Amino acid sequence: TCIGYISLLFLRSSQPLFNSRKMPQFFAALTKEQRVELKGIADAIVAPGKGILAADESTGTIGKRFDGIGVENNLENRRNYRQLLFTAPKLNEHIGGVILYHETFFQDADCGTPFPRLLQKQGILPGIKVDTGLVTLPGTDGEPTTQGMDGLNERCAEYKKNGAQFAKWRCVLMIKGSAPSYQAMQENATVLARYAAICQHNGIVPIVEPEILQDGTHDMTECLRVSEQVLSFVYKALMDHHVYLEGTLLKPNMVTPGAQATIRNTPEEIAMATIAALSRTVPPAVPGVTFLSGGLSEQQATDNLDRINKCPGKKPWALSFSYGRALQASVLKAWAGKKENVAAAQTVLLKLAHNNGQAAQGKYAGGDQASGDSLFVEKHVY
Amino acid sequence: MSHLTPEQRKELKATAEKIVTKGKGILAADESTGSMAKRLGPLGLENTEENRRQYRSVLFTAGKALANNISGVILFHETFYQNADDGTPFRKIMQDCGVIPGIKLDKGVVILAGTRDECTTQGLDGLSERCEQYYKDGARFAKWRCVLKITDTTPSDVAIQEVTNNLARYASICQSNGLVPIVEPEILPDGFHDLATSMRITERVLTAQYHALMRHNVYLEGTLLKPNMVTPGHSCEKKESPQNIALATVTALQRSVPPAVPGIVFLSGGQSEVDATINLNEMNKLVAKKPWALSFSYGRALQGSVLKKWQGRPENVKIAQAELLKRAKFNGEATQGKYDGSGENVEAAESLFVASHAY
Repeated sequence: TCIGYISLLFLRSSQPLFNSRKMPQFFAALTKEQRVELKGIADAIVAPGKGILAADESTGTIGKRFDGIGVENNLENRRNYRQLLFTAPKLNEHIGGVILYHETFFQDADCGTPFPRLLQKQGILPGIKVDTGLVTLPGTDGEPTTQGMDGLNERCAEYKKNGAQFAKWRCVLMIKGSAPSYQAMQENATVLARYAAICQHNGIVPIVEPEILQDGTHDMTECLRVSEQVLSFVYKALMDHHVYLEGTLLKPNMVTPGAQATIRNTPEEIAMATIAALSRTVPPAVPGVTFLSGGLSEQQATDNLDRINKCPGKKPWALSFSYGRALQASVLKAWAGKKENVAAAQTVLLKLAHNNGQAAQGKYAGGDQASGDSLFVEKHVY
Repeated sequence: MSHLTPEQRKELKATAEKIVTKGKGILAADESTGSMAKRLGPLGLENTEENRRQYRSVLFTAGKALANNISGVILFHETFYQNADDGTPFRKIMQDCGVIPGIKLDKGVVILAGTRDECTTQGLDGLSERCEQYYKDGARFAKWRCVLKITDTTPSDVAIQEVTNNLARYASICQSNGLVPIVEPEILPDGFHDLATSMRITERVLTAQYHALMRHNVYLEGTLLKPNMVTPGHSCEKKESPQNIALATVTALQRSVPPAVPGIVFLSGGQSEVDATINLNEMNKLVAKKPWALSFSYGRALQGSVLKKWQGRPENVKIAQAELLKRAKFNGEATQGKYDGSGENVEAAESLFVASHAY
């Protein structure tokens, strides 16, 4: 036996020690049933003419919105405002999903129905924001990553049990000096991939959001180049972490000039640049791209989305919206915190939803939007 | 900022799109001198420069009909500078027919130390100057082959990273010199692995490939991809139908190849001529998101029967050429999902697989 052992040591490395012919390379991340469910959810959110209402402002952020209309930032006001949104009649015509903040997810309407169930009853899929905000990466010039990984698996299981079908996690990159750095791109892509894999494991469709802030004096070409790099890192990381692309959605920025750039670009130019970036990075397996509105005005957000859908090019994914400010700015103004304004505010919301639903099909016919004022806030931080 | 001017990008994009025009694909006739010994040997022919020239002459003087289904031909360096019997350079004959000459640029594989016989590819030294010269002499696209192999421990991360980076360097150098790079990260069909494993590894490799291309600022609209089809390993007991192969292949591509890539020109690997055509046909029949052309860049699968018919004899040239045109036509039909197998011969179905195909 001693001689046998020694002879094994000298065995050429190319001779296998065991019969390895039946060993699979990969352990399947999801069952077929899980994949079918995830794909169904993702496809439903971006059904033709539908998009997402991002109503997941954290307590601090919604406070800034309420400041603008002189409304106190308390639990009841937050509940009333969200109720206004979710009880708008026929909201489901153009809204396929709503993203909620944790607090809102467990709040009820006046009738006692929890908000997620209220939405689900209308055929609107409830989503949940699961990240817990940004932190700076040490050694960078203020570049952030995103927290929220701790206990995420358990939190997702709980959200799913309570009706969540999809989730959202926001990462942020910036164009400034040598940023985004390799470190920031690699780190944010990785954390998005980890979040996505955990969501899918719990039957939740992850919306992957690598937002490149509009802050800066850079031109649209620079934004294009950066967007391509960032998205390339994202899809590499998703593949490395065995994420099932057919059960995800992407929530990117449109490709625009920086907010402080002197040259402005038309919606058509923005559309072409945006499609170029996506066509170079987003695999066709992804069912839909739901753009963030960032600092765009309601009008710009609709116009750009419309041109994106009208513009020529290979676009094997739905191109829709996941708008927060661009679906709510005028709604907030119309509401102003007053119960007697609820119906009027809901009408504004439905009009905005309709316009963006049309834009998501390249059918927006123009016409009055509530507000052309830029919603851009410098160095926007959630 | 792109290092390529708008004019350069326009030319690269136009060439790439022309190569994958519907109904057309590539004849890979770029066997190196060493590989040609394996083609000529079975015919009892010595592997001399003249015999190699004569064989390629059979292919390239097949007439203008060649251009019906062949958009481009990949040539080895020696062949690129050879002439037909009447002294006309092969590459000029092609250009006159409307067939684009391409050039194999790599210099073969070398082992990656410390891996389980994994390899990378040589040829980057002086590549820019070589590309410049080939472009001047009429080449408009190039090809470079890297190889990966599936076992229980491979392809390793280091092999994938090295190979995809290697291809990205080659690709960016090509584009700087006006050549459309065909990117070929071949995963060999050798092995016991099943279809699902082949699919997942192909997805992984291709995703890494496009990430590497992006990091090297490669203009995707001016490239082509030459991947393996997704098939079970040759030693796998479970055989798969062409429909399953097509579905697995297209799904892998959907998950990893950005729409900006104009076309995918499959390698035939060890597939028989008929299998290579049938599988390509099934892919084009499939109703699915496929925002790239699905075509061919076949070597053995376009030449197997041609060689058999030629046998090295001048009196057989015409029937050998007819065989080439027939195979080209069948594959052209396959790029449109219109191949129906009528007119096929029995010998073509014989597998061309050579076990552990030498790199």
